[in-house]
Amino acid sequence: MAEVDGGNGTLRVGVFVCQCGLNIAGTVDCDSVARFSEDLEDVVVVYNNKYTCSEPGQLEIRKAIEENNLNRVVIASCSPRMHEPTFRAALEAAGLNPYLLEMANLREHCSWVHIGEKDEATEKAKDLVKMAVARARSLEAQEEMIVPITQKAMVVGGGVAGIQAALDLADAGYKVYLIEKEPSIGGIMAQIDKTYPTMDCSI
Amino acid sequence: MADVGRHPNVELHAYSEVDAVTGYVGNFSVTVRKKARYVDVKECTACGDCEDVCPITAPNEFEIGLSTRKAIYQPFPQAVPSAYVLNIEECLGNNPIACGKCLEVCDKKCIDYDDKDELINIEVGTILVCIGMDVYDPTALDEFGYTQYENVITSMEFERLINSGGPTKGHLIRLTDREQPKTVAFIQCVGSRDENRGNPYCSNFCCMNTVKDCLLIKDHYPDVDIKVFYMDIRAFGKGFEDLFQRSKDAGTIYVRGIPGEIEEDPVTKSLKLYVENTTEGTVECHKADMVVLSIGAIPRRDSSSIQQLLTLQRSQDGFFLEAHPKLKPVDAATQGVFFAGCAESPKDIKDSVTQAGAAAARANRLMMQGKVKVEAITSTIIPDLCKACGICVKVCPYHAISCDTKAKTPATVVEAACAGCGACSAECPFGAISMKHFTDPQIEAQIDAMLEVDAKDKVLAFACNWCSYSGGDLAGTNRFQYPPNTRLIRTMCSGRVDKKFVLRAFARGAPIVLVSGCHFADCHYINAVHWTQRRIEKLWDELEKKGIRPERLQLEWISAAEGQKFATVMRAVEELRQQVTQEEIEHTKKVLADVLEPSKLRAPKQPAASEEAPAQEAAA
Repeated sequence: MAEVDGGNGTLRVGVFVCQCGLNIAGTVDCDSVARFSEDLEDVVVVYNNKYTCSEPGQLEIRKAIEENNLNRVVIASCSPRMHEPTFRAALEAAGLNPYLLEMANLREHCSWVHIGEKDEATEKAKDLVKMAVARARSLEAQEEMIVPITQKAMVVGGGVAGIQAALDLADAGYKVYLIEKEPSIGGIMAQIDKTYPTMDCSI
Repeated sequence: MADVGRHPNVELHAYSEVDAVTGYVGNFSVTVRKKARYVDVKECTACGDCEDVCPITAPNEFEIGLSTRKAIYQPFPQAVPSAYVLNIEECLGNNPIACGKCLEVCDKKCIDYDDKDELINIEVGTILVCIGMDVYDPTALDEFGYTQYENVITSMEFERLINSGGPTKGHLIRLTDREQPKTVAFIQCVGSRDENRGNPYCSNFCCMNTVKDCLLIKDHYPDVDIKVFYMDIRAFGKGFEDLFQRSKDAGTIYVRGIPGEIEEDPVTKSLKLYVENTTEGTVECHKADMVVLSIGAIPRRDSSSIQQLLTLQRSQDGFFLEAHPKLKPVDAATQGVFFAGCAESPKDIKDSVTQAGAAAARANRLMMQGKVKVEAITSTIIPDLCKACGICVKVCPYHAISCDTKAKTPATVVEAACAGCGACSAECPFGAISMKHFTDPQIEAQIDAMLEVDAKDKVLAFACNWCSYSGGDLAGTNRFQYPPNTRLIRTMCSGRVDKKFVLRAFARGAPIVLVSGCHFADCHYINAVHWTQRRIEKLWDELEKKGIRPERLQLEWISAAEGQKFATVMRAVEELRQQVTQEEIEHTKKVLADVLEPSKLRAPKQPAASEEAPAQEAAA
């Protein structure tokens, strides 16, 4: 199991360049990006795979962390808004703090928006990985706070959607507060005569 | 409807609005305004005695003005809660000498003219936003004559006319002569799928609603001729094509083409529709006794209120934006908030019910665990550097920081209340606030790495996680192309972008620096984005004084829905970059050289003589 050095020990960064099928590799020369990454400071291992988010891809991350004793992980793939939770979980599964992950967005912010500009996109991808590695080197482990959840829900709006959501949650045993602006619930649905495709009454 | 009214786990607050929301996932505190109803909901039996004696008549909103109601009324017979409501604006009764009749006849004594709005506080773990939609107002589309011809009605008005509970008890009549129409025409896509007037999107349910209306007419009056004028009939759902075929078999005629003009016969009040039949390629004139405008859906006109209270985002069409269009279709970007129904996009009843089930399941998934992990991106005070000036207290949109400026004791942060925007850290003049996971050294490392080689060819762009960065993602998914010279640095909020980051970038040779964040109304951190603007405006002055062109620092607001704008901005900053000369960059680097010196403020912890050392220093 990898150790978190807390900034004092040696940094061991692993870089995973994802091709995302042809989504990234169609525009960015992923081999070149991977070779470039090898020379970045504190990078000890670089992987270049087809789909990093796939099950084998995640397994590879796990294995790589354990085998290379990685304490920082950089994944150069899609937007962190898409797969950061996926990869954080992969780090956690390998016993590494999930906050020791940094992503470089080679897809939404690079290959998809610079189609046909292979060289420039590849140069940009290298920069994005370089920036990610630089940031990763100073990442610190973080403890997430666990907060209790009030097991009650509020539904704002008592039309057909609000009514259904309130009933589902109430049937599941939760206390539900249904807030409706008008003097009665029902919304637009209540004004409609028959409804398709069943041709029955709306109320 | 009745089920929800009597469910033991549902507490219904009708005639109520959300006034304020504080807290975060799992721990929302909501202030609900129960509007004065002037009738006690619990006591009222809906006997209707009050209505009988009320002398005031007003248009009935539920019947869309096709009938009247009294000042005290029940919205509709099946209303839940089954209770009356008094419109105090119309009522004469607040002056008992003038009226007070309803008060006299009410056996239950449940009418109170002095009723007041009541504020109640409710603690919940999750919030489901199901505020629905409004219907498009066709008055702007003059060619259909909705404002001029009485026999041109909307599909919502039609619903009331064909409804057995409606003002005509379900008899379909014309508004001019109360005669049953012999021919009815439907016009589709009124207010939908038009870039210039109305809305560009498809409203989803109008085609099938018209198919249904045609079948209803044919059921009641088989001899009525029906023509439907359309662009495309979108019968895409389960069982929809069958229904469409049934309406054709019943004799409905579908004409491809939207009428360009409608004329009224001044005597008969019947209508002539001029249309280009695009299947036949002919210009035709069709007669109809009644025209029904199939109006589309629009976002609720009051959407911005709940949007601001819950820091939600809306897509370009104005409906609420989901966290991910494919993988998180009912989650809001704000954790613990979910969408269902037309609040998210126009949809029919079946889809609304489906989405409501999904939203309930997502909320359940969160709540059943009883606890939730919150991201560890919060601020931390470095007590040794804090001078207790209290600026951070003013900056924090969440009131998460407190500081006794008189006693000069270092500020403290309530971590659970901190949402992690980082505005405090950027505003602190002493570098005494560190943002977990977005520390100064981390961001500076990115700046330095980016600008190490060929800085003059690159644009450095700071983008906030929720809006601008997502706008960049959207540009990607839509393949909006732009020059490959920009490099983004993500922060949670643009409020995190410290002045020193911008100066550092210039000192490292950046030709252009862009700071991009949410539009003010979209700010995910209440109003943290205001600090961004203030800071950048000050920086422009400062740069100018130093002889650096302020245009080299750009500020843009790009929402998560503005992929197109993101690409446009990227093109614009690249154009600006090309105008920056090497001499200019060298000059800037010289002027700002001192920014790169290790900051005294972030020097290693000074060996303090005693624990109170910083406080004494400040006092001196």
